[in-house]
Amino acid sequence: MAQIRVEQLRKAFQDFIAVDGSNFTVEDGTFFVMLGPSGCGKTTTLRMIAGLELPTEGRILLDGEDVTFRRAAARDIAFVFQLFALYPHMDVAHNIGFPLKCQGVPREQIRQQVRVTARLLQIEHLLASKVSKLSSGDRQRVALGRAIVRRPKAFLMDEPLGVLDSELRHLMSGELRELHDRISATTVYVTHDQLEAMSMADRIAVMNHGVVEQIGTPQEVYDRPATMFVADFIGSPPMNFIGFAGALRRGDRSISLLDARIAVPEVHEDGIGGSLALGVRPEHVTLADNAPIRGRVLGTEYLGTTQIVTLEIDQGEIKARLPARLPVRLGETVGLTFQSEHLMVFDATTGRAARSALHEGNGHG
Amino acid sequence: MAEVLLQHVDKRFGETVAVRDLSLNIADGEFVVLLGPTGAGKTTTLRLVAGLEHPDKGAIWIDGREMTRAAPAARDIAFVFQQYSLYPHLTVYDNLAFPLRSPARRVPEAEIRKRVHEIAGLLHIDTKLTNRATRLSGGEMQRVAIGRALVRRPAIYLMDEPLSSLDAKLRSELRLELKRIQVELGATILYVTHDQIEAMTMASRIGVIRDGRLLQLGTPRDIYESPSDRYVATRLGIPQINLLPVELVPETLVPGGTRTIGVRTEHLQIAAPNGAGLVGRVHRVEHLGDQNHVHLEYRGHAMVTLADAHNPFAPGQDVGLQLVNPLYFDAAGQRIAIAAE
Repeated sequence: MAQIRVEQLRKAFQDFIAVDGSNFTVEDGTFFVMLGPSGCGKTTTLRMIAGLELPTEGRILLDGEDVTFRRAAARDIAFVFQLFALYPHMDVAHNIGFPLKCQGVPREQIRQQVRVTARLLQIEHLLASKVSKLSSGDRQRVALGRAIVRRPKAFLMDEPLGVLDSELRHLMSGELRELHDRISATTVYVTHDQLEAMSMADRIAVMNHGVVEQIGTPQEVYDRPATMFVADFIGSPPMNFIGFAGALRRGDRSISLLDARIAVPEVHEDGIGGSLALGVRPEHVTLADNAPIRGRVLGTEYLGTTQIVTLEIDQGEIKARLPARLPVRLGETVGLTFQSEHLMVFDATTGRAARSALHEGNGHG
Repeated sequence: MAEVLLQHVDKRFGETVAVRDLSLNIADGEFVVLLGPTGAGKTTTLRLVAGLEHPDKGAIWIDGREMTRAAPAARDIAFVFQQYSLYPHLTVYDNLAFPLRSPARRVPEAEIRKRVHEIAGLLHIDTKLTNRATRLSGGEMQRVAIGRALVRRPAIYLMDEPLSSLDAKLRSELRLELKRIQVELGATILYVTHDQIEAMTMASRIGVIRDGRLLQLGTPRDIYESPSDRYVATRLGIPQINLLPVELVPETLVPGGTRTIGVRTEHLQIAAPNGAGLVGRVHRVEHLGDQNHVHLEYRGHAMVTLADAHNPFAPGQDVGLQLVNPLYFDAAGQRIAIAAE
């Protein structure tokens, strides 16, 4: 088991800077997810930790030891690619034991480790089965077994569930997390799927253009995104941004949106001004007959318990997550209020969130 | 636009029965979504309506005329496939105009121009009309593919998972747009997908299909709130409905014949343990931002419930459970209706 530390890590491919000065620590036993769109540098970072790429600058420490330029094979880290390629001609036990066989581990020891691994994954009864006879879920479990049988210091996973359809993907992400809870191996997991990141991670690092924009627990990055990019990338539908111009000072408790005064958590910094955006999560929008902000209903999407209602307000389109039972008619105009205690203000030019009472540990998250 | 009717349609491919005794009516202006897993028969149904396959039994009516064996060209339909197949050497404008320029249709150029601009506006690709089709992003290409169907005014649009090749963000944008355009044009659409979100958010009515059979046809709310059987109950809702064997529930009011009790995640409520009720143990808490999924174990059964995002449940904690609006299913999986409904 291990702690992974990344210091001032930078990687340039000629003119293109893939990773630009990353710093983070993955504590022993943590499930750490690197989340971002394609091309954000998450896979490059992972490959540097694995030793498959060499950094242009910076250091990588594994349990305090500098491994920056050590060969991949000498790092005792398992790199898990997409979890689907099994050897169809071998049975389950041989598939799981294959990495050990390659290392020249004695046969009796392989058998024992395979059994322990199969028990962890609850597939002991399948050990003698042919891989081709398995359900797709069981195949994934076997592939996972093959990845963990060797018990390295840490696991690095690059979108391992990327090729699965959404239902199996959800099932496997749950199982992967439960497996982690049983063996507590330090894991760095790369994905572009925010829901997967939210549901699996202890901590999430959100990356964009080679830069880590925020690191925090899933609830922190959701409730208090550091930037508009993070706020937009996390959540489905994402956070609404309502543009306004103004200047805010420390101690302010409201903003003006055209004619409407909107209460916000107390601002805790000075010099916020110019082009600003109010950030509102869809579940923090409610309908109220006489509210000063008016919106026209452009669309409703029924989701069983809730519905997503798209509304047009003066500043553009916003989405609200409302109870499915609430009658909402296309084309009608409704009043909107926002739950003040959750609102955020962003500098729309830099994308940075203004510090507010929301950030001062008020027990949330 | 017109009504489409399928009456007791069967279709086999060799030994495989793809569609069994399927009857379905799609009213004028309706958006019907067939929802089912791979191999359920949904694409075959679409191809039968299109005339790309012919049924072994049964009849297909389009706009009041029997079309069971008619050629595709005679049917007045437009088909949108999963993979957009645009003409790469043509501009967006010419791709959109192509179906109207067919010699059989003889649409005047002025009319073509009007319709292409109208549809391009609806799909927000009006600024791309002079681009080559290959110079577009994936989402734009799929819009052009959909637009190429929409320029015509056929009796029905048939769509085979047209959004499945797009990324999540674009998919959710196009879902909303497609629904809006359908309402604006008053279009009749038969749409097939395996994605329950697409079905729930766009459909006037959903047909849940499995093993070639149409199990239930109803509005999204009907299907979600009153599923006809166990399978349909599991098909809508994320996370899936909780299903418990009846012996695990010390409930006296369960109707006779009940084998399984279904409780939607939002209807499994956490209450203070009071000794008498169900007691489960929290196994894992999944943070999704706007809410938490609390995974519980109740007498060896995994269950999931929803909780407020800031609710402090911890693994290992015992909690009381309350079943609200449970659904009852018999040994065959059929729903047992209760008198109160």
